[in-house]
Amino acid sequence: MRTVAVVGASLAGLSAARSLRQQGYDGRLVVIGDEVHRPYDRPPLSKEFLAGALGEAELSLESDDEDLRAEWLLGSRAVGLDPRDRAVRLADGREVRADGVVIATGAAARALPGSEGLAGVHTLRTLDDARALRDELARGGRLVVIGGGFIGAEVASTAYALGLDVTVVEVAPTPLAGPLGEAMGAIVSALHADHGVRLLCGVGVKGLSGETRVDAVLLEDGRSIAADIVVVGVGARPCVEWLEGSGVVLDNGVKCGADGRTSLAGVVAVGDCANWYDPRAGLHRRVEHWTGARERPAAAVATLLAGGAVEPAAPRPPYFWSDQYGVKIQFAGHAAAADSVTIEAGAADTRDVLAVYRRAGDPVAVLGMNQPRPFMRWRKQLAAATS
Amino acid sequence: MMIPACRLADLPRGEAHRLDIDPPVSVFHTDDGELFAIDDTCTHQDASLADGWLEGCEVECPLHASKFDLRTGSVDAPPAKLPVRTHEVVVEDGMIYVQVSTDAPNLPPCVAARLAGGLA
Ligand SMILES: Cc1cc2nc3c(=O)[nH]c(=O)nc-3n(C[C@H](O)[C@H](O)[C@H](O)COP(=O)(O)OP(=O)(O)OC[C@H]3O[C@@H](n4cnc5c(N)ncnc54)[C@H](O)[C@@H]3O)c2cc1C
Ligand code: FES
Repeated sequence: MRTVAVVGASLAGLSAARSLRQQGYDGRLVVIGDEVHRPYDRPPLSKEFLAGALGEAELSLESDDEDLRAEWLLGSRAVGLDPRDRAVRLADGREVRADGVVIATGAAARALPGSEGLAGVHTLRTLDDARALRDELARGGRLVVIGGGFIGAEVASTAYALGLDVTVVEVAPTPLAGPLGEAMGAIVSALHADHGVRLLCGVGVKGLSGETRVDAVLLEDGRSIAADIVVVGVGARPCVEWLEGSGVVLDNGVKCGADGRTSLAGVVAVGDCANWYDPRAGLHRRVEHWTGARERPAAAVATLLAGGAVEPAAPRPPYFWSDQYGVKIQFAGHAAAADSVTIEAGAADTRDVLAVYRRAGDPVAVLGMNQPRPFMRWRKQLAAATS
Repeated sequence: MMIPACRLADLPRGEAHRLDIDPPVSVFHTDDGELFAIDDTCTHQDASLADGWLEGCEVECPLHASKFDLRTGSVDAPPAKLPVRTHEVVVEDGMIYVQVSTDAPNLPPCVAARLAGGLA
């Protein structure tokens, strides 16, 4: 293999580039990213960076003395992949021909239809998004967050700490019921009310009102919530449009095997855009968490370098964290697989819960709120049980 | 400064013991029976490495999974970028002692600010 192109210059792309060098790849390495920034860390964008406690330099994912001997094509969007010679086509007309391609284009925030061009309306995915939102939050006022998922909840928590008047609107009856299940979703989202942040559940958003700048969020039940700033946190979609027509099979992102291989030889996918096969569950899953984007590229790169001749080690159960209102939330495993969930330590009222999810008696997931040590014990146990 | 940590008999293999000094230091007893002491606070954010995932001579931070080498203090990959200090461990009469390093610690920005400002 003489040239490898990594498309997407964020956590998964950088981790893939690092793994390539660590696994002995010595050839030409081209990293293509449409943002102009060097790889930076996204989780602080809704937390410390948004709060003003962390600067841009501290978001960098690279160390000062790091040299991957890569060609960085930043500010270059990939617009196509030619399957015959594995050529990545760029928006400016250039082409990068490669023997191996790593797809790491992540996901993009979903927007609210009809909100384009209205000032005061934000999504949060990139550094540029976070800069814009941080500057607006600094002016204070009434913030309405549409969507009570993790990003929405973190923005609400950060904005509350900055002194804004915050309302969260969630269409589902319970926020976070998808990732955490009903019972634990209710406990975690009770953090909003603890801090005087209004949470309106079970009601959809009909639209926004305002001439040039948003002034209210209109709900489907006829209510109108006055707003100076609106954050739309309604999830993300995988950035895979550029692969249409390439022969890479797309289905909720890039469909790939347990080792990251796609339907095209010499092409693997990693991170938030990859819909990996989970052999234990017998289905594909797209997991949008930091730890997977950091760890999985090692297996995908091994596949690429070995031409698919290696068995990947079983990955650990997916893990993510969130910080809300000073509470460290940690989760590992799959809540959807569970038929019961019990609180094993702490208590719901004191918001320091350690909860274990089981299926037919066997642990399948664990949730911690300010319980790092027992959480880690359970996380290890879960990994041992599923490996 | 030689600080008594705990009795060796009270620290099973695979476990860690945190000393609540400022900044805190932790002693790790590996599965192979070796003892190591490093700064307990991750250099990325305010997490206790004693709560981490101990495997061989490495401990993985409980929050964001950077791994620190107990022998050298070095870190493998982001988000943490700086090493932790290592400290000498001595066992005498079944008691574990830690000789705390005189180097400056690499504390994460939030913890460093708290210690410097004396704020709670
Ligand atoms: C605000 C925020 C907070 C988060 N907090 C947490 C948290 O607390 N815990 C947790 O576990 N996870 C968290 N996450 C999720 C975590 O950040 C992601 O899982 C991780 O960033 C995924 O990395 P990735 O490299 O796969 O994708 P991304 O980080 O999305 O990177 C993909 C990159 O590819 C680029 N790209 C896209 N299309 C193209 C193209 N056609 N050509 C070239 N480049 C392209 C994009 O611009 C982007 O830079 C958070 C995410 C956000 C946005
Ligand atoms: S706090 Fe240790 S890696 Fe982030």
